[in-house]
Amino acid sequence: MTTELITKPALKAESEKLCFYYGGGVQALKSVSLSIPDRHATALIGPSGCGKTTYLRCLNRMHDLYPGNRYVGTVWLYPDGLNIVDHTIDPIEIRMRVGMVFQKPNPFPTSIYENVAYGLRIRGAMTRSDLDGIVEQSLKDAALWPEVKDRLRDLASNLSGGQQQRLCIARALATSPEMLLFDEPTSALDPTATARIEELVQELKQRITIVIVTHNMQQAARVSDYTAFMYEGELVEVDRTEKIFTNPSNKLTEEYVTGRFG
Amino acid sequence: MQRHIDQELADLKSQILRMGGLVESQIEGSIKALVDRDADLASRIIERDTLVNTMDVEIDENCMRLLALQAPAASDLRFVTTAMKISTELERMSDLSENISERVIELNEEPQLKPYIDIPRMANWTMRMVRESLDAFVRSDAALARKVCADDDFVDNLQHQLFRELLSFMIENPATITRAIRLTFVGKSLERIADHATNIAELVIYMAEGKIIRHTAPSVLSENEP
Repeated sequence: MTTELITKPALKAESEKLCFYYGGGVQALKSVSLSIPDRHATALIGPSGCGKTTYLRCLNRMHDLYPGNRYVGTVWLYPDGLNIVDHTIDPIEIRMRVGMVFQKPNPFPTSIYENVAYGLRIRGAMTRSDLDGIVEQSLKDAALWPEVKDRLRDLASNLSGGQQQRLCIARALATSPEMLLFDEPTSALDPTATARIEELVQELKQRITIVIVTHNMQQAARVSDYTAFMYEGELVEVDRTEKIFTNPSNKLTEEYVTGRFG
Repeated sequence: MQRHIDQELADLKSQILRMGGLVESQIEGSIKALVDRDADLASRIIERDTLVNTMDVEIDENCMRLLALQAPAASDLRFVTTAMKISTELERMSDLSENISERVIELNEEPQLKPYIDIPRMANWTMRMVRESLDAFVRSDAALARKVCADDDFVDNLQHQLFRELLSFMIENPATITRAIRLTFVGKSLERIADHATNIAELVIYMAEGKIIRHTAPSVLSENEP
């Protein structure tokens, strides 16, 4: 235990008393203070409506897409200590640094190549060979390259569901994000495709901070280093994943992970 | 909310209790066979060990199935893994009762070396430890489990005392050596049974509190006491 305290990882992000209100005035997050360790995977678990996806979406200002939504509190992004939810900060800048992969694969209706190159193109001018290089590397990092290298000009929609999801991961990786958010990334995938995504998360967390929302507790147990349990908009408990699944401190967490409710 | 797994866990608990009851009667029977010089009883104890082995395998299979199909977590997970380990401890206790019974049959071929006082005393303590370790398991009672751990010292001391006494027999009269060594084995087996009861108690503390106290010094143990 003691050594663990000494070797505690640096933080990538940290929310302090984060509250979030949807346009209609509904409070979805109640003063959530959560530390997200750098280059580790943190899983958010909890029953439907507990606020885990809402929390995840705060981390790259996804809520800004709808009017009336309101953040109160702070979410620090390290190492520079930028406040993610400060409205004077351009959400595009945040999203360059904090990528997101959604529940259902959502490739753009273009080629495989263009899907990955998209973020780089909007970021600015780049030589063709640079672009080719990054597209290839991103597809390799997303463990998709061997399957698509001979068909980069094919429509992304021709890929299988699992491949599409890995393409979305490649697309997110192309802009070299520091943190990647996964919102139930495998709930629409079969077990084999799920296993590949989980493998990928294990690999990516060596160099990118991962935050993953999942309904599948075994998935949280398999892929994450830290697990945060949320309930009714509040953070109930956060600890090392191993602790949460073998001996949680909070009774509510215990009841949730043993399937007594939720 | 009543969960499907609750019934399975309750079944597992009663399976452990049935096995525990059988093992207690194995220990008791082996000592009764010694005191009464009853070779028939000793033979029955030896035969019954296969029953205990079968139960051990059944409990193992049941736990594996629960782990694979129900993926238990937190206290459920600790319960299943503890049950699995307790079954191994009980199986070892039955093996040791079998060993005692084998010594009884050999001892019966010669006249009794001495009146048995310390061995039944040791056996009573040991059986109480076994019973209480299983009670602690059923009730998830860490305080009772800690008491069992502490009682082990007493059994250890009785075993040393028995050994010294038997050693004096052997020094005085080498003709007693065979019988004295066999009785030493009986004492050692009882002491080992008490150790297995202590292991169960330590597992129960883990199950109840999530703290692993095995292989820790006794001082650390008592610090943890409420």
